[in-house]
Amino acid sequence: MTTTVTVVECVVCGADVELDGTTLQGELIDCDDCGCELEVASVAPFTLREAPQEAEDWGQ
Amino acid sequence: MSDVRVAIVGGSGYTGGELVRLLLFHPHVQITQITSERFAGKLVAKAHPNLRGVTKLKFTSVAQLDACDVLFLCLPHGEAAKNWDRYAGLAPRVIDLSADFRLRDEAAYRFYYHNNHPRPDLLADFVYGIPELHREALRDARRVACAGCNATATILGLFPLYRAGVVLPQNTVVEVKVGSSEAGNRANEGSHHPERAGCLRSFSPTGHRHVAEINRELSVADKASVHFSATAIDMVRGAMATSHVFLNQSLTEKDIWKIYRDAYGNEPFVRIVKERDGLYRFPEPKLLAGTNYCDVGFEKDPSSDRVVVISAIDNLMKGSAGQAVQALNIMMGFEETTALAFPGLHPV
Repeated sequence: MTTTVTVVECVVCGADVELDGTTLQGELIDCDDCGCELEVASVAPFTLREAPQEAEDWGQ
Repeated sequence: MSDVRVAIVGGSGYTGGELVRLLLFHPHVQITQITSERFAGKLVAKAHPNLRGVTKLKFTSVAQLDACDVLFLCLPHGEAAKNWDRYAGLAPRVIDLSADFRLRDEAAYRFYYHNNHPRPDLLADFVYGIPELHREALRDARRVACAGCNATATILGLFPLYRAGVVLPQNTVVEVKVGSSEAGNRANEGSHHPERAGCLRSFSPTGHRHVAEINRELSVADKASVHFSATAIDMVRGAMATSHVFLNQSLTEKDIWKIYRDAYGNEPFVRIVKERDGLYRFPEPKLLAGTNYCDVGFEKDPSSDRVVVISAIDNLMKGSAGQAVQALNIMMGFEETTALAFPGLHPV
């Protein structure tokens, strides 16, 4: 079975992100380029938003 | 494919040793001779102990050099130009790792190197050895001048923004932090371990020699004039440029991502490193030790038009010997990544 691939732009870096018929609303996807975690905001049409980030644990 | 016969002049220094290490594992290269006056007659591993058991090659004197296909010059600055006719007569292709032939402008050479150039007639003959900027010229090159390590890190970090014409070309401020191997293997009082260890030494707040090549390469549309400082840090390998550039127009981080992806999306040795989480979110030179990568990251100041560009390399690799081998691969029609595939170590 083939599913149609839809290319959506990463909201952070503009890279191509591929979604298809198996993608679910609310699914979390990592952008291959910037590593950002993206949330599938809607599936018809596909829209992405940056997923909420956990508390920062990074320092000097 | 028959092997390319390669000789290395000045093989006991750090860049020469790095070149030997790389070329010993190059499938299309045969190292015929490696010179060192100090180590002539001794095993190469005497100067480069990492090569123990790897090669039985011995150093020869420059006087014993035979003809070869490609000659690499890893000599102290000034030596290649002074004896150019002798070296040029040995090989149809020469790759010089020194600063002697990097500049086109005789006056700039005089200003930064405090001497008249011994062979100004040759300055136009050399292709500047950064493949990401001069790949097509390198394909047909007979003479290559490898770029300075600080210059390589700075240029690769800034070139996409300058080419896109989105920054003020006179307002960039660059601070490079470098490891001690950049100074070569000749000891001096300042390199004595108790003096050097733990240092953050501002050895060149102004007037660094690499400024001339940086400005030339970044002068795409307008004449660039970067403000450059260099600080020696307590690492052996590594150079990291932190460049503060100022936009001449409104851009988002996504716009800047696209500029960098457009420049480097297909480059085998430049990676855009900018992540929101994880331990290594921006370029980190220690992860690049022994590799030919230049990692480039950036962050736009949300409260101003400043973009901070961070670019890191191993100064002996992408900043010198690795760049030279990449240039060799392009010149000879080999796969560009040949002998340069080492991905580095983690943890290190």
